[in-house]
Amino acid sequence: MSITVSRMLPILLVGLGGVLGSSSRYGLALLFDVGDLPVATILVNWLGCFLLTYLTFNPRLKSKIPTHLLLLINTGFIGSFTTFSTFTVESITLLTSKPLLGLIYFFLQLTGGFLCCLFGYSLAIRGDRAL
Amino acid sequence: MNLILVSLGGFFGAITRYLMGVKFNQPQNYKPYGTWIANILGSILLGLMLVFLGNEQISSQLWALLGVGFCGSFTTFSTFGVETLSMVIDGQYKKATLYVISSIFLSMLIVWCIIILL
Repeated sequence: MSITVSRMLPILLVGLGGVLGSSSRYGLALLFDVGDLPVATILVNWLGCFLLTYLTFNPRLKSKIPTHLLLLINTGFIGSFTTFSTFTVESITLLTSKPLLGLIYFFLQLTGGFLCCLFGYSLAIRGDRAL
Repeated sequence: MNLILVSLGGFFGAITRYLMGVKFNQPQNYKPYGTWIANILGSILLGLMLVFLGNEQISSQLWALLGVGFCGSFTTFSTFGVETLSMVIDGQYKKATLYVISSIFLSMLIVWCIIILL
């Protein structure tokens, strides 16, 4: 019984994070449903990239958060909050209907996402030194 | 109602991604096969769902459950970013470039074919 619980717990925690992450993403999509550019998908991916790099590359912060909670937050919540499939599908639908907007969207996601990762990383290693 | 369906899809999407990561990711060698497969497979599924939705072959509820919920959570942009950054930090530029280009190019090419052909 206890073996089953210890095996099921991480899975359920990731699932719970997935519930919170996907519903937050959906909520933001409803909130920012204006104009042709899918601003919500850009926002969730940028924010998620920043948060996940910050949490991943900060060993002191990581050591203070229990492993199971980290699984819920990182793999479950942030992993589900951000989305790769919506990014690729929206890129294709925009590129085929409004090429210029499609290009802008594609590069905003990619370069913005990478910059947010770098930002999270630099804050994490700075914070790690300061602590 | 849609929020519940999205959440339910998100529950299973996140778990499937996690289990694929546990089985296939090799972070020590910078080989995130699990994330790679999840992102490409999830993009293909979402492309199919979008076409089915456009043709009114699926309801908006099923779109919320499988498209927004499951595919959205099954795929991940943040882990993709962290994995790429880890490669870059370690000087694995070739691997990072290959990872980014193959994930995006394959996903978008197949989604494009699906949208054009179906």
